[in-house]
Amino acid sequence: MSVALSAVDISRALTRIAHEILERNGGPDSIVLMGIPTRGAFLASRLANSIAGIEGREVPVGTLDITLHRDDLRLRPLRALVPTMTPLGGIEGRNVILVDDVLFSGRTIRAALDALGEIGRPKSVQLAALVDRGHRELPIRADYVGKNLPTSKAQSVKVHLSEIDGVDEVLVESTEG
Amino acid sequence: MTDYLIDGGVLADGKKAQVFISGGRIVEIDHVVANPNAVNAVRVDAHGCLILPGFVDIHTHLREPGREDSETVESGSRAAAKGGFTAVSAMANTFPVADTAGVVEQVYALGQAAGLCDVFPIGAVTQGLAGQALAELGAMADSKARVRIFSDDGNCVFDPIVMRRALEYVKKFNGVIAQHAQDPQLTKDAQMNEGFLSSRLGMKGWPSVAEESIIARDVLLADHVQSRLHVCHVTTSGGVDIIRWAKARGIQVSAEVTPHHLLLTEELATSYDPIYKVNPPLRTEKDVMALREGLADGTIDVVATDHAPHSAESKECEWQAAAFGMLGLETAFSIVQATMIDTKMMTWSDLVDRMSTAPALIGGYSDHGHSLRVGSSAHVAIVNPTRAWQVDRDLVASRSKNTPYHGMEFPGSVVATFFRGVPTVLDSKLVRTNNGN
Amino acid sequence: MRHLLSSADLSYAQAVKILDTAQEMARISEGPVKKLPTLRGRTIVNLFFEDSTRTRISFEAAAKRLSADVINFSAKGSSTSKGESLKDTAQTLQAMGADAVILRHSASGAAQRLASSHWTTGSVINAGDGTHEHPTQALLDAFTIRKHLRGGTGDLRGLTVAIVGDILHSRVARSNIHLLNLLGAQVILVAPPTLIPLGAEKWSVQISYDLDAVLPLVDAVMMLRVQQERMNDFFFPTAREYSHYYGLNSDRLKLMKPTSLIMHPGPMNRGLEITAESADSARSVILEQVTNGVSVRMAVLYLLLAGAPNEDGELI
Repeated sequence: MSVALSAVDISRALTRIAHEILERNGGPDSIVLMGIPTRGAFLASRLANSIAGIEGREVPVGTLDITLHRDDLRLRPLRALVPTMTPLGGIEGRNVILVDDVLFSGRTIRAALDALGEIGRPKSVQLAALVDRGHRELPIRADYVGKNLPTSKAQSVKVHLSEIDGVDEVLVESTEG
Repeated sequence: MTDYLIDGGVLADGKKAQVFISGGRIVEIDHVVANPNAVNAVRVDAHGCLILPGFVDIHTHLREPGREDSETVESGSRAAAKGGFTAVSAMANTFPVADTAGVVEQVYALGQAAGLCDVFPIGAVTQGLAGQALAELGAMADSKARVRIFSDDGNCVFDPIVMRRALEYVKKFNGVIAQHAQDPQLTKDAQMNEGFLSSRLGMKGWPSVAEESIIARDVLLADHVQSRLHVCHVTTSGGVDIIRWAKARGIQVSAEVTPHHLLLTEELATSYDPIYKVNPPLRTEKDVMALREGLADGTIDVVATDHAPHSAESKECEWQAAAFGMLGLETAFSIVQATMIDTKMMTWSDLVDRMSTAPALIGGYSDHGHSLRVGSSAHVAIVNPTRAWQVDRDLVASRSKNTPYHGMEFPGSVVATFFRGVPTVLDSKLVRTNNGN
Repeated sequence: MRHLLSSADLSYAQAVKILDTAQEMARISEGPVKKLPTLRGRTIVNLFFEDSTRTRISFEAAAKRLSADVINFSAKGSSTSKGESLKDTAQTLQAMGADAVILRHSASGAAQRLASSHWTTGSVINAGDGTHEHPTQALLDAFTIRKHLRGGTGDLRGLTVAIVGDILHSRVARSNIHLLNLLGAQVILVAPPTLIPLGAEKWSVQISYDLDAVLPLVDAVMMLRVQQERMNDFFFPTAREYSHYYGLNSDRLKLMKPTSLIMHPGPMNRGLEITAESADSARSVILEQVTNGVSVRMAVLYLLLAGAPNEDGELI
């Protein structure tokens, strides 16, 4: 098991992503951040704070529970649903930035796009992922990436955040015993 | 006719004995049989077994005529033989109802033709079991079937004036009215015992008082007109109390209990499986204990199975749509042993009384019910109280499979049955006879 | 659990999970797009042996909102006319590939009978069996009370609910008694003595024959439908006497706490157990119960059909 990102690495990556989002979208006005629970939601909050620190302006934040849109529900026991919180002002005509911790097969993001479709019609949807570990099964790509981590399928990537895990780190471990 | 020597067993009183059967009769009972013909007799090994008089069941439903899909007199006789019975009484709720000499003679003839046990038809009390006009009780008594027990079982003789007249009328030929005690108004559409459980399960209840109130009324009527009353399938502790009271006053009442009411309780209805649906219903633990005590102290005179075969369609459905009734002939002895002998509530002699002597007396079946003695017809049941067995509904001799005991183990079993000196069951299996049965 | 047969089978955790899931379903039902792909490809059969347009439509709406395919099967079957047998019908539906069967039947225990037989392999949901249980009704009633009086989360601890009317013949009452107790509420049954089941004094309820005395004490009152036919079976003398003592009329509204809710599982006998005024009053949540019924049924279908069993073999 190795540490791919330390707490300091994560902090710098998020700061950079915040700047990139502002740069790409010409400022904070049209942006809405939607975190995918569990850890994507915390990351979205941190990004929102970062942006507020840079621009001195609050950016709307919401969460998007994509469970009901997953295509792999039958394969495992159901988790409890988390309430989806629509950001203040909705998403109609805004630039939605989806935020997730790990981008892997892309199926979660596909489900998120469907879920967004129920809330409204955004102007654009962009994706910020703390870690991109490759092995896409769908034509999905991230716009903002904290770190590209090429992994083999036999490995697993674990993101820990202090809000829930007590520490900030990204771990890569081998799943084969 | 073949001679048989039953060897190695004990009698009901515990005495070791050999029993020599010849020409359909018991010829000798001795520690060692002296009769010279015994040497050439077929030996029947009865080691570890008790040699008892053949059992008599005065409450069975053989379904013929009319419902031959669920049972016939012949298949019912086979089930009876497997259960150690050498005589059964067949209830009258057939199609057509056994309310005329013609129908009872037909049933009697079918029993004779089957030749596996004596089948004594019971005649209906009222025409068509409708509870209104008396059936031709005299004609049935005089017929070849020589009916002495009359019953509308399935229905209650509810109108008190009809019951009174029936009790009076049968005095002429020493008959007995066997009442199915169930107040029909209090039990409309009833499904199971009324109580805490029925309320919880949402099933219409069959209250104990509906049985007890009829028993109370009938014992008073029987006393008033000085006639014999028999109470079918008593199921409540209150019913036992009333009968005990009546007997203490010298009222001529006899009573029966079924094996299932000695063993099973209403808790089984929680499964909603109608294999447990029966009329009168399974009741509480308290009732079961009172019935056992009543049978032990003689308040209840006989065990009678109320053998009620039903086709698969009648039971493979929701409870409310299912028919009432369970099989009983093949498991009766085992259940009485498990509930009454093994618990030390009764002796083997008591069992002989409840399952052979007393029922034969009630029905007037003079050829049955005698404890084994020289000269009497050789109706014998050989039982092994330590030969355990498991009930399998696919192996029953009855045409129907509605036994509530499927999968249950019992400690003892019937090993052999002799009917008038001819074995109908040997080694717990039916014997193939000359006429191909 | 693989089936939903009775609210007596639910644990506290399971009940709360269903209500929380229903909360999410309700939110989706309020949005512009009411449809989810979650049960796409599943076949759900409404097997109704008793007429009930309302419950059937509610289940149908719930199933369709989750993109399941719905087959409606109305069978004529009563205890007197065997008609189509439960076994035959169930086996036919199984041959057609039903993932779940929603069963309403006039025989108590029919749903359990179906679930424990081997006539179908899918999940069985009890939509009302005789006078035994109607678990989804109790769940939507609890959901409604929780929404109004507990902010839509948690349980019903500290609340008192009265159930008024023909308790003896009511599967809604039985299911509600189990579930309300499970969620921490107190239950008071109010009815004439003839309509209180034998042994009810041993249930976890209080019993009263006096509606006026009970109304000021409760946070919600559930009025049950009383059938006119019960008069012919001597349960009460006349409709007039029944309404006089047990009907929720406008005088009785004044006895209730200002925050108390008026509920009814429907359909109502306006004028017998409830007046039009009470049914339409501001504290009546009767129509909302119907809406909540769809959300609760969506939650039940989702939990039973969407996922795989956990290591204990449980779905909910």
